[in-house]
Amino acid sequence: MPSLTVPPGAPPILQSLTVPPGAPPILQSLAVTLERMLVRILVLLYLAGAPALAQTLCQPNASNGYRVRISIKTALGNQAYEWNENEMFLFRATMAFAMRRYYKTETYNVDNIIVCNQTRRVSFWFVVISPENPTMLIPKADVEKAVSMSRHRINNAFLLTDRTLEFLGIYPTLAEPVNPDTPPWLIVFGVVIGAVFAGIIALLVSSLLQKRRKEKGMMEDGQDEEDRQMKGVENGINLDGIYNRGFTDDDRFTKL
Amino acid sequence: MPEEGMEDNKEGEERPKWNNKAEYLLTCIGFAVGLGNVWRFPYLCQIYGGGAFLIPYLIALVFQGLPLLYLELAIGQRLRMGSIGVWNSISPYLGGVGVASMLVSFCVSLFYNTIVAWVLWYLFNSFQEPLPWSQCPLNHNNTGYVEECVESTPVNYFWYRQTLNITPNMETSGSLQWWMVVSLATAWSIVYICFVRGIETIGKAVYVTATFPYLVLTIFLVRALTLPGAYEGLIYLFTPDWEILKNPQVWLDAATQIFFSLSVAFGGLISFSSYNSQKNNCEKDAVLVGVINSATSIYASIPIFAILGFKAHTNYVTCLNGNILALTNEFDISDMNITVENYEQWFDSLNGTHPSRVSDLKLKTCDLQTFLDQSASGTGLAFIVFTEAVISMPGSQVWAVLFFIMLFSLGLSSMFGNLEGILTPLHDLKLVPKWMPNELFTAIICLLLFLMALIFCLGSGNYWLEIFNSYVGSVPFLIIAFFEIIAVAYIYGIGRFSDDLEFMTGHRPNIFWKVCWLVISPLMLFVVLVAYVAVQAQTPPTYAAWNPDYVNFPNTEVLPYPDWVFAICVLLSSVPVISIPLVAIYRLICCMSGRHSKDSLHNNPNPYANEDYVVELLL
Repeated sequence: MPSLTVPPGAPPILQSLTVPPGAPPILQSLAVTLERMLVRILVLLYLAGAPALAQTLCQPNASNGYRVRISIKTALGNQAYEWNENEMFLFRATMAFAMRRYYKTETYNVDNIIVCNQTRRVSFWFVVISPENPTMLIPKADVEKAVSMSRHRINNAFLLTDRTLEFLGIYPTLAEPVNPDTPPWLIVFGVVIGAVFAGIIALLVSSLLQKRRKEKGMMEDGQDEEDRQMKGVENGINLDGIYNRGFTDDDRFTKL
Repeated sequence: MPEEGMEDNKEGEERPKWNNKAEYLLTCIGFAVGLGNVWRFPYLCQIYGGGAFLIPYLIALVFQGLPLLYLELAIGQRLRMGSIGVWNSISPYLGGVGVASMLVSFCVSLFYNTIVAWVLWYLFNSFQEPLPWSQCPLNHNNTGYVEECVESTPVNYFWYRQTLNITPNMETSGSLQWWMVVSLATAWSIVYICFVRGIETIGKAVYVTATFPYLVLTIFLVRALTLPGAYEGLIYLFTPDWEILKNPQVWLDAATQIFFSLSVAFGGLISFSSYNSQKNNCEKDAVLVGVINSATSIYASIPIFAILGFKAHTNYVTCLNGNILALTNEFDISDMNITVENYEQWFDSLNGTHPSRVSDLKLKTCDLQTFLDQSASGTGLAFIVFTEAVISMPGSQVWAVLFFIMLFSLGLSSMFGNLEGILTPLHDLKLVPKWMPNELFTAIICLLLFLMALIFCLGSGNYWLEIFNSYVGSVPFLIIAFFEIIAVAYIYGIGRFSDDLEFMTGHRPNIFWKVCWLVISPLMLFVVLVAYVAVQAQTPPTYAAWNPDYVNFPNTEVLPYPDWVFAICVLLSSVPVISIPLVAIYRLICCMSGRHSKDSLHNNPNPYANEDYVVELLL
């Protein structure tokens, strides 16, 4: 008696299709064809329905979905690559990686990321379904945390930045400002003010030394002058002779 | 002090002398060429119809600027004293002109070096990557950017908050900003080191400070002309609008610009030329300095406006890109299908098909003219507009450093003249005790000015600086210059002055100079003075305050001056010039009471002096 191998997860109706022994052969063959047909139909339904089921899960403005917007030409200019199915596959794989990393499991797969509504912008919606339960969507908050955690890796996979690979609703974390210990301007200021003070001190010391030398020179000259009685005027008025101020030319002030 | 070539005056003191003519000319040029040539003239050129503005400007230069310049250089060189001594010599009744010059130089030194300190602060901050005014800082808990910065721009935030830490109005003084005090100390230290040995060190310093700006301007010119948008900026600047010449305000502004640009009536030029030998052709010097000053203004406006055109272009492209992004995202058009070139067509077609969606986007109107019209002058040009342009240039740090070093050189060389206008009269008045060396005296003056300028380091310092700039740096100078020219042309006598000039230059001044000194220049000065005062009296005294809590922030809030502040403004304008009548009255009283004036020939009778043989020299 040909017994149909009923798959283990098959619905009970198939399992009850075991033909009792002693039935006429025509009934048996009929049962067999019917079973085969049912199995095929159910498999077909399953195969067709799963994407349909998934399709209903992924919709624009889905409650647990995110919209992604990609601007490749803005980011890369001449070296922009074309967005095609392979790139989409990479995206789904990257998202699965992000989910794995966040939950620290290895259960997520490319099939768990569902995308829909792709436009030529390039933009599309995606949802994440749980690997254990294909009808259950991962909540929005968890997806956001997973994306934020691996944002850098996701960006780099596509050679894009936070601005050109946008997850609408997930804001990029702000870059940490570089805070050096000493503000750079203080360093420049220190160099400049040190040079200026060194210059001031150098100039003051050198003029002091010059004055000392001049005084020493003039003192020696003065002693010589006292020895010599009549000497010409070097600087200032010579008190030895009679200075005739009739030759002064300082009468250039306006008389009142 | 240099030993060679000392020339005595009658007290037997040694007057310092320039090492060579080049140092003297560079110092005068450096004094005349200042920050105003870079940030005031291009602005005036732009708002007053570009190339057409050159006509009133050049007329004012020829008929007002050059005669005044020649006059100051000549009397300083002939009488060989600072401003107070010179005016005392010409007529003791007009000694007040010298005192007024000194007081005005004192006030200008206070705020001018504060601007130099700001330039130094920006210079110190230009050695960072990225430039601190290119991005907003994060707020306390790192959740977002500082709100004040987001609402205005990072450049504005850096200027008003991180540099000035400005208070919302003048009544709130705020506290001393330590980083400003540090910058101010640096500025005054650098001024002091250049003044340590008087004109010996100044003469060395001006080789750098007077020539470096030209080098930087040329570098900027070459760089700016290769930037996109430079061409539009230059066309906008130089397109002459001849209609504007009918507006009297243009003539007034041209005359005041030439006047303040040449730095006459400070007393600094008189001091500098007093260190010359008497047989020096000051006519050529005056024409040279005046022409170079104006040529520098025109030359500086080319790279400035090329860069402003570049900035306008960048802003325009950014504005358009914002609109393009909005349209692309809304209509899901392929990335980069809409570009700056085909934006108009796309916009028209989309607006035709989906007008409601397009209007919901609230796109900005991007007009290149509007961006070009956003002009600025003064500190706004240097610290806000130009710094924003520099961010967009590749290699921003280099351009920022070059620009601020250029501004620093321009300001420093002008400070030399300002400070000289204070120090030389004080030396000539014999107010310096004999035991005090010159270095110490200069140090004391610099320290005093630094301490007084700390007022500009308060939170409200910028408001006070604007007051000083508008009220001290304007009307007093016009009054002083008017009295100067009247004193020389009418009281000293044009005949005597021509004889002096013949003694110095070898030929008598020609009819052009005489007519200018006698008629044209005093008349122009008088008209400009009256018109300026009339215009100022009509505009209500208000100031623009930066108030983050203002309703229309980031626009500045226009507030009226408080009464006590306005009283200070009036004092600032009048106290320097009040010395002119005061000294005249004092001398009159002294003379009428029978005592002789400060003429030491009469005060110290020397038994050996045979005054009968005093020969009357034709001066």
